[in-house]
Amino acid sequence: MTPDRKTAPEFRDIENISLVRPERIQLDNGCKIFTFNSGDQDLVRIEWLFKNLRFNPAKPLLNVAVNTMLTEGTTRLSASQIADQVDFYGAFLQVDYGYDHSQVVLYTLTKHLSKTLLVLKELISDSVFPEKEIETFVRNQQQKLQVSLQKNDVLARRTFNKAIYGETIYGLGANFEDYKTLQRQDMIEHFRQMYQPANCTIIAAGKVDQSTLDQIVLHFGHEWTNYSVAADTSQPVLKPSTERVYLVEKPGALQSAIRMGLPLINRKHPDFPSFQVLNTILGGYFGSRLMANIREDKGYTYGIGSGLSSLDKGAAFFIASEVGADVCRAAVAEIEKEIVLLKTELVPESELSLVRNYMLGSLLGSLENIFSHADKFKNIYFAGLDYDYYERYTDAVKNITAEEILRLAQKYLDTEKFYRVIVGKY
Amino acid sequence: MVKFNRFVLDNGLRVLVHEDHTTPMAVLNILYDVGARDEDPDKTGFAHLFEHLMFGGSVNIPQYDAPLQRVGGENNAFTSNDITNYYITLPAANIETAFWLESDRMLSLAFSEKSLEVQRNVVIEEFKQRYLNQPYGDVWLKLRPLVYQKHPYRWATIGKEIKHIEDARIADVKAFFKKHYNPQNAIVVIGGDISLEKAKELTEKWFGPIPAGEKYQRSLPREPKQSGERRETVTGIVPLNDLYIAFHMPGRLENGYYEIDLISDILSRGNSSRLHRTLVKDKQLFSEIHAYNMGSFDPGMFVVEGKPLENVSIETAENAIWEELEKLKNELVPENELTKVKNKTESTMVFSEMSLLDKAMNLAQFELFGDADLLNREIEKYNEVSSANIQFQAQQVFRKENSSTLVYLAEQG
Repeated sequence: MTPDRKTAPEFRDIENISLVRPERIQLDNGCKIFTFNSGDQDLVRIEWLFKNLRFNPAKPLLNVAVNTMLTEGTTRLSASQIADQVDFYGAFLQVDYGYDHSQVVLYTLTKHLSKTLLVLKELISDSVFPEKEIETFVRNQQQKLQVSLQKNDVLARRTFNKAIYGETIYGLGANFEDYKTLQRQDMIEHFRQMYQPANCTIIAAGKVDQSTLDQIVLHFGHEWTNYSVAADTSQPVLKPSTERVYLVEKPGALQSAIRMGLPLINRKHPDFPSFQVLNTILGGYFGSRLMANIREDKGYTYGIGSGLSSLDKGAAFFIASEVGADVCRAAVAEIEKEIVLLKTELVPESELSLVRNYMLGSLLGSLENIFSHADKFKNIYFAGLDYDYYERYTDAVKNITAEEILRLAQKYLDTEKFYRVIVGKY
Repeated sequence: MVKFNRFVLDNGLRVLVHEDHTTPMAVLNILYDVGARDEDPDKTGFAHLFEHLMFGGSVNIPQYDAPLQRVGGENNAFTSNDITNYYITLPAANIETAFWLESDRMLSLAFSEKSLEVQRNVVIEEFKQRYLNQPYGDVWLKLRPLVYQKHPYRWATIGKEIKHIEDARIADVKAFFKKHYNPQNAIVVIGGDISLEKAKELTEKWFGPIPAGEKYQRSLPREPKQSGERRETVTGIVPLNDLYIAFHMPGRLENGYYEIDLISDILSRGNSSRLHRTLVKDKQLFSEIHAYNMGSFDPGMFVVEGKPLENVSIETAENAIWEELEKLKNELVPENELTKVKNKTESTMVFSEMSLLDKAMNLAQFELFGDADLLNREIEKYNEVSSANIQFQAQQVFRKENSSTLVYLAEQG
């Protein structure tokens, strides 16, 4: 039996993508809990999410520093006791600072949940930011910053964000001096305002049976009270710079980092799902036009991509790559060429159908386990959207026309308005 | 516990099937038993360059990626010093496309000159991006040849130098394919929403007709026992000094491996680990410090790496690291500290079972070690380790004459 190797096997379109929706519990103290229960493995991931407080340009690092230092001591537990207890039970504790929210995440086997939750409760409700730990934090962060600032891609991202978002939490690129503004008293006050029940959303995924839920409610219910001052989570208005071109020269550079793009629509906008299709075609997957041209045909780079970062108060479209320093101009010209093409010619049907299937397969594949279902929920919940977002998304992917893609490219990919950052040689 | 079934085709291809019907996806993972250690010393970086060429079209299929994307699939690959691993994830209903693509490139590549030319450039850019245009990026290009003098672990997967990649010719590509890419040198794992029967049928259909080829007989020089302390100091335009101390350690399947792996956790896993607590927090000598082992199949490398604070001399930093290593040699690890690192290992194993692809890759790797079921005995192996075993291994490994120290000094540019 010799198989026919010249012809691709039959395949099926992806029809049904079903998402697991959470149970919702509202506690009296204002904290909201969402649970995704799947009993396959005896483990659980619990996330505590808090909206960041209003950005203060004079003390720009408070949001990130308070979040990062939640593991560094409470009234009852020292930093090393916290670490000991979490590590002893094989749990993983993460603090993650984000542009809109900061979070604390616990991964634990359910058999150790009662022990690990006790520690989490301490650090979320009673962190004290010991002076000595702040000193260590500042010194080590300043050292790490020096290393990051020698990376061209890091510099390009910082320069781009600053240009697009201005002096805001989104535009912040910490510098050495900023760390000197950190004061313990400010951190404590920031902590009390931000990490309180009314500003908290808990998302639990995994084996979240009644017993798991009871334990969460026990520790984060009436025992946890709000602060006298409500969390101010408003943010200053975004102010993009009027300067659009940034060249950061690095004489010895072997490669140049390129980052270009502009402020754009976020997830709440009706065009967002359709724009994702356009973005995928341009630079959103391995077979994208940017990859096919600039990597796979020209060999100018190891990788190039585009993306749309959607935030609560704004969004940015960007194209990013690191290319050989000697071909930087040529690479930029090819990027421009690909954008012009999308604005002037219809995407061929064969390419569009490939991208449709790729995107649906990718959505299906992204639902690997119960944690992924919780992540899908976070995307919509914090954007104030409902599950019909995913229906609109799959609808757009399945039905968008080449004409609509052309229209979107003309409407949104205005290269005249692009911010352009090159770090290296040009 | 990762369950699986195993069968072997007449051409020698080893196949494992892991059914998981909780997902609508499927994965096809192929491990080829070839890595950078199998390269000619004058043609290093070739296994990795070759991995790129595997995406440049095969004998019957001009494009690899597009037909897969068309059915909703994604793929990628990696090369290490030991193995080359390719994987596809896609909706299970379309799994046959994965068989079609993977079997055709095992049958034969297209050997396109254009693909070779482009991928040489892409890999050269990768070389620059990851190893040359990054602060400290060239550390591995310097540390490996200090630690290894005979064994091919003395070069990095990317290769010794860009010139080796520039020099690659299509004749080399063909010879490499013939030597390493055939059913006898591969392990296939099929996982996800597919039955054993279906997996068997498709494997027979697509991989069955591929000629067995020749089994590659690996015969690598064994690294001679190190007889004296080694040390090198380099300077680079980096902001901070960086210190690396590397030791020879047992290979993945040798006695002592699990002990050393647990030692890396004791020293450096989590904020409760010894190096973080003592050297970053208490003594305030480093801004960051890590210890890890490379998990190499042949006798490997255990590395302690740290960036001392600006006011701390290299000598002080080095002595402080040695003090911690001496403690492991002179004192038994307390029982609850040992329990701690074992608990962490257990939960890491359980969490890794949340990912279909991780399960498939792990099965392939342990099958290469001799039996995929070894994966399910990992926790047991770690649990058998005693404090006395750890002390014994620490005494074997953490000796000056078994160490290579690389000091990376900052030169303000």
